[in-house]
Amino acid sequence: MKLVIGIVRPERANDVLEALYRAEVRGVSISRVQGHGGELDRVETYRGTTVQVGLSDKLRFEIAVSEAFVEATITALCEGARTGEVGDGKIFVLPMERAVRIRTGEADDLAVTPVGA
Amino acid sequence: MMDLASLIAAAAPKVDTGDTAWMLAATALVLLMTPALGLFYAGLVRSKNTLNTFMMCVGAIAVAVVTWAVVGYSLAFDGSGDLIGGFGHAFLNGVDFSPRVDPLTDTPGTIPGLLFMAFQATFAILTTALVSGAVVERMRFGPFLIFAALWSVLVYAVLAHWSFGGGWLQEGGTLDFAGGVPVEMGSGFSALAAALVVGARKDYGRQALLPHNAVYVLVGAGLLWFGWFGFNGGSGFSTGNAGVLAFTNTLLTPAATLVVWFALDLIRGRKVTAIGAATAIIVGCVLITPAGGFISPGYAMLLGGLGALPCYAVIVWRPRTRVDETLDVLAAHGVAGFFGILFIGFFANISWNGVADGLLFGNAAQLGDQALAAVAAPAYAFAMTFVLLKVIGLFSPLRGSDRDEGIGMDVIHHGEEAYATGEGAILVRPESGAEGDRQVARAT
Repeated sequence: MKLVIGIVRPERANDVLEALYRAEVRGVSISRVQGHGGELDRVETYRGTTVQVGLSDKLRFEIAVSEAFVEATITALCEGARTGEVGDGKIFVLPMERAVRIRTGEADDLAVTPVGA
Repeated sequence: MMDLASLIAAAAPKVDTGDTAWMLAATALVLLMTPALGLFYAGLVRSKNTLNTFMMCVGAIAVAVVTWAVVGYSLAFDGSGDLIGGFGHAFLNGVDFSPRVDPLTDTPGTIPGLLFMAFQATFAILTTALVSGAVVERMRFGPFLIFAALWSVLVYAVLAHWSFGGGWLQEGGTLDFAGGVPVEMGSGFSALAAALVVGARKDYGRQALLPHNAVYVLVGAGLLWFGWFGFNGGSGFSTGNAGVLAFTNTLLTPAATLVVWFALDLIRGRKVTAIGAATAIIVGCVLITPAGGFISPGYAMLLGGLGALPCYAVIVWRPRTRVDETLDVLAAHGVAGFFGILFIGFFANISWNGVADGLLFGNAAQLGDQALAAVAAPAYAFAMTFVLLKVIGLFSPLRGSDRDEGIGMDVIHHGEEAYATGEGAILVRPESGAEGDRQVARAT
């Protein structure tokens, strides 16, 4: 069981979701985050104040999967999110101790397997 | 015995103080419509393009006022040439406190010529801004400003001359109270051409591209309606009957459109939508624009109700096509203006307007005059805009890269964000005069 975290460009969200769907990965959470990953800064000017902004809007996907789906999930995230420019994002894979499906009390692999799969 | 000075004073056309007071207010009302349109449009786009969309309207104010003063007003309102006016008023030459003399009837107006010019300028601004709705979220800002400047002269001023300035449509008897020809059909069919030349947004048809703030859209529509009382009510150029009729019809028609729009929304989706309501307000105001001072209040309400149908149909149909005419200027302005112009041909009533009857009151010829305008104006607007943008495109790309479009027009073209938080922003010291050590992104 692994927790796959993917930080991607917000404008690639639909492509990532579509790739995940094709890979039959169904359970995802998304949050809006800001981050900096080596891409170029933006210069913005508001009246007399000029600022250099290093943080860009990103989307953070959190996907808990059983071992069998780890590679497929990573592949889908890469396919959906890649543009080839700096700032496409990162994927982090973490070991996961436990998972519980609240509705049924199912634990671990059963909890991260989609209903009906 | 009168001396020479008082003889001249007696012969000079008389300015009416009441008319002048109203037209001063009406001019300010119409100017408000352009920022209101900016708000309306800004709410309809994604948040990353909010400022750019609004700035296209602000940009229209900047360039269209200048072009209007330089040459636009003269081309529209100097002399009674068939296709264009003259250059006699270029750089506002001869535009002063004496009323403009109508070239067709040879009668002077009752407001200062300078005020007449200012009132008409606000129409040129608004119409130029309207066209931007077709190209938001992808057209580069620089080429848009060049387009706006040229369009306000080559399309708007020409069409204004045709229908208000003594050109061939007005001379032929076409009735257009407040701009069905130059403003509504002019912008609507130009928008279609602009959408075709500039092309669809990169994600159009692949992703849901949704309005980011429906409240902006409603507030914008409300302010547009408010300003439209000056737009239509001022187009009688007096406090007389025509202005009062158009003013009142500007209340009645959009209300009727709203009611029918609600019903159509209910039938189609079982819910009355807020953005639909905002759209209906615009459609209703457009419908009554050409007809305001020519039809009775009862028929004005009929116009609002009936006119909702074709506009609604086009708004539902257009997104199913590949034409990314993004903010539906064609449906809301082109189709509604077309419908309003033709409606006059049926329902104009001389007992209300003192000018002409329509088909229903025994004057079939009026419908022919209206149909002529309904064909000529869209054809000219579409063709001229198409060619104009193609030519501008030869000198400067009309749109940026897909990467720029992904980042958003606000950051790329204006270096600002509508909803900046300031988190992680590093102050660039003015004394250093340069950016920090870290490299910065440029538009590609």
